[in-house]
Amino acid sequence: MYNLFTNVSAWMIPAIIVFIPLYAALRRKVPVYETFVEGAKDGFGTAINIIPHLVGMMVAIGMFRASGAMELMLSAVRPLFDWIGIPSEVLPLGILRPLTGAGSLAFTTDLIQTFGPDSMIGRIASTIQGSTDTTLYVLTVYFGAIGIRRTRYALKVGLFSDIVGFFAAIFICLYIFG
Amino acid sequence: MVNWIWLFFIVASVVVAAVNGKMDAVTQAAFEGAKSGVTVSFGLISIMVFWLGMMRIAEDAGLLRKLAAMLGPIVRMLFPDVPRNHPAIGYIMSNLSANLFGLGNAATPMGIKAMQELQKLNPDPATATPAMCTLLALNTSSITIIPTTLIAIRMNYGSANPAEIIGTTLAATFVATSAAILADRWYRRKSPPPQVKSKRRAGITTPSPDQGGEAVV
Repeated sequence: MYNLFTNVSAWMIPAIIVFIPLYAALRRKVPVYETFVEGAKDGFGTAINIIPHLVGMMVAIGMFRASGAMELMLSAVRPLFDWIGIPSEVLPLGILRPLTGAGSLAFTTDLIQTFGPDSMIGRIASTIQGSTDTTLYVLTVYFGAIGIRRTRYALKVGLFSDIVGFFAAIFICLYIFG
Repeated sequence: MVNWIWLFFIVASVVVAAVNGKMDAVTQAAFEGAKSGVTVSFGLISIMVFWLGMMRIAEDAGLLRKLAAMLGPIVRMLFPDVPRNHPAIGYIMSNLSANLFGLGNAATPMGIKAMQELQKLNPDPATATPAMCTLLALNTSSITIIPTTLIAIRMNYGSANPAEIIGTTLAATFVATSAAILADRWYRRKSPPPQVKSKRRAGITTPSPDQGGEAVV
């Protein structure tokens, strides 16, 4: 089953890369190379526009983690987790996941390494990591690229779904693997 | 809200670091963060340039319009204020499909391109439209079918069944995405679209700061 999935993933991108220009050239007579270059030009500027936004966010998140402020925030919630019966080792993931993709992936890997991939903690961490994306990164990049300054309710919606997803992942794992 | 979160992170970090005596680490983390912000952006250049080139071919060949037509009803329900034949729909569809199949590096350029198309429909370029918020909500909750990275990590650490988390991830992702869509709907109804305001304000050149939404950056 896993082989099937990895094969599908491995073939997907080459298939797309071949299909799009081939279809365009044969069916629509599109000058494929020139069109590619024309469209690709936009990519550079867009990526450069994102730099200030990403630097601002990553500085704040880096400081927050290094200062111990995040750990302080977690220690306030930890007793509640113990009381409900949720393994509190996964708690930092709840805060890391929406903030930093690389940071939460590193933390998940560490949990898997420490407790084993088939432990309850390993399964919960894998599920949390896989089920949502890095909200703050997505917001910074997508809105930064087009210069949106007033994000209205977008962040609230993203963080709300992160919280729901975090607890859903925990309770689904406790139910399925428990 | 982003303003306040950003400010909170920085102020809290310095205050806590002062108490813990971790000032050096915080200073270092700040510049490390700045560096990784640039590194990540530079990493984006190559995939943005490549996929935007590919997608331009797809757009000129009419493939995006086909994709949009295929899944039209769902998109019309989620994005009622985007015209049916607008190119944004095609890019939104490709962004969502790329997410679905776990093609992370293709999803971002297509999402950004979709945002740029939505920006063309935006009467006030500094304020997010409801459609942009919906697209963002779908991307932050990320509907992924196969979490390939995690399966690889689990395999690496000798899991007996690395793929056993596909079911739980799918269920959790479904719950998170449903929550995102519901919350988005709720806020969309609660806050009036910016179009109405800008029509009323047509001709006024200085935008007033209290014009709905939250000031960010």
